[in-house]
Amino acid sequence: MLIKNNDPAAPCPSEITGKDLYQGRRRFLRQAGALGGALWLGQAEANPAPAQLPPFKPGQPLPDEPLTSLDTLTSYGNFYEFGPNKDSPGRNAHTLKTRPWSVEVDGEVLKPRRFDLDELLRLAPLEERIYRLRCVEGWSAVVPWIGFPLAELIRRVQPTGNARYLEFWSLADPVQMPFVQYPTLDWPYREALRLDEAMHPLAILAVGLYGQVLPKPNGAPVRLVVPWKYGFKSGKSIVRIRFLEQQPRTSWMKAAPDEYGFYANVNPAVSHPRWSQAKERRLGEFFRRPTLPFNGYAAQVASLYAGMDLHRNY
Amino acid sequence: MNSARTPWTPGPTQLLLIKLLLIALCLLPLARLFGDLGPNPPEFVSRHTGTWTFNLLLLTLSVSPLRAWTGAHWLLRLRRSLGLLTFAYALLHFASFALFDHELAIQAIATDIVDRPFIAVGFAALLLMLPLALTSSNRAIALLGGRRWQELHRSIYLIGILAAIHYLWLAKITTYFYPLTYTLLLVLLLAWRVGARLKKASAPAPGFRGGSQPIKFFREKPDR
Repeated sequence: MLIKNNDPAAPCPSEITGKDLYQGRRRFLRQAGALGGALWLGQAEANPAPAQLPPFKPGQPLPDEPLTSLDTLTSYGNFYEFGPNKDSPGRNAHTLKTRPWSVEVDGEVLKPRRFDLDELLRLAPLEERIYRLRCVEGWSAVVPWIGFPLAELIRRVQPTGNARYLEFWSLADPVQMPFVQYPTLDWPYREALRLDEAMHPLAILAVGLYGQVLPKPNGAPVRLVVPWKYGFKSGKSIVRIRFLEQQPRTSWMKAAPDEYGFYANVNPAVSHPRWSQAKERRLGEFFRRPTLPFNGYAAQVASLYAGMDLHRNY
Repeated sequence: MNSARTPWTPGPTQLLLIKLLLIALCLLPLARLFGDLGPNPPEFVSRHTGTWTFNLLLLTLSVSPLRAWTGAHWLLRLRRSLGLLTFAYALLHFASFALFDHELAIQAIATDIVDRPFIAVGFAALLLMLPLALTSSNRAIALLGGRRWQELHRSIYLIGILAAIHYLWLAKITTYFYPLTYTLLLVLLLAWRVGARLKKASAPAPGFRGGSQPIKFFREKPDR
């Protein structure tokens, strides 16, 4: 029997379940499933690590650019501490121990200190940020990170008047990271930003992905995400943030100074010495699409580089 | 080569079977392209065909040393198939680049070959393979003459060197392991040839020991 409700005063279904919630129903189910799974696993495993993030504010999807799947994001990428191939981190990163974990913040700050991971997770309200990720090699993805603005952490340690740069140190433990014993890059992996870049609201410290704790191949438990720069600028598994007066030389600048500059802003007009950066291949797609200046974030970040020669400051 | 025993040699039917089996084995990696290609399918296809081009190139170059060490001269009869398979994989490798990187736009392909040195080197290797593939027939050998044919086909050494440069040049410090390994194998195979040639050069020219003279069969000139 069909019950027709023609009462004009009756609420429309979309008033009961909001559009956002309705469209995010699969994610809601996934999160609920992950929570259930986490609770169940929590019983089974001796590891006291909570597999669940504190609540976070959902992010704004990119129009016409679907998310890259979690499976793709965890099985494809560069994390050279775990091996040279794209599938190395997915295969090898399980040896990473993400708890206990802390991040040492020192250098040109008034309040140098160590942040425990649990403290970082509650340092500021967590929010989802759906960002494009553009690798310097020419592939790209759309990633639903969860984190908080790096500026929140910077504010708490009070940089001195001398602080002009931030250097990010990734973990380099040969026991957990088998490839750190090979002298390929200058370990530990170090990356850096100018202070004003680091303070920009788009720059975040990510602690989660797809509503869950950051997976190990993606730089668990805490990593940098700077969406307008090539991926290698966003250090993974961060253990130290050092405030400096002078611009430091990063691991990649030491390895190949003519190929990897300090800024590494995504720029279709400036070629890598060995290939053009005009186009990129979105993971899962067959053909290439044009790369956008500053990876599509020019409106927000281009002013940081006003008056700079971006060909020289690559 | 020095062993007194002559190694096993297949008969014509056996050789044909071995050849067919070898070709089938070498085509097997293509089946992988119909499986799960992972998160970045074009990259997978490009790497897979490129790696197998190099594998087959090394295998082709292994025929001569293997033949010298084992004395199994019939191995030489497999070399043409291996060389042609190498060329087939190289063509597929180029096709994946032309299709996935440039959607077959000739202008874009040409620009990219000029702009990216490692692609120029790879393309040069492909071009050099073309005359070798075209002259891979008994008719071509007869037409060119054995010596000229052999001289032409020595360009495979240059092709190998270009392939190694192509592979090394696209890598970065964290990914040098495979290109360096392939380069090392190529160097070993080329070094063996240099060694073989030097040995041949330093061997004494055939002559007569201890100032002995050729035997005279006839005391007198035979009558005409």
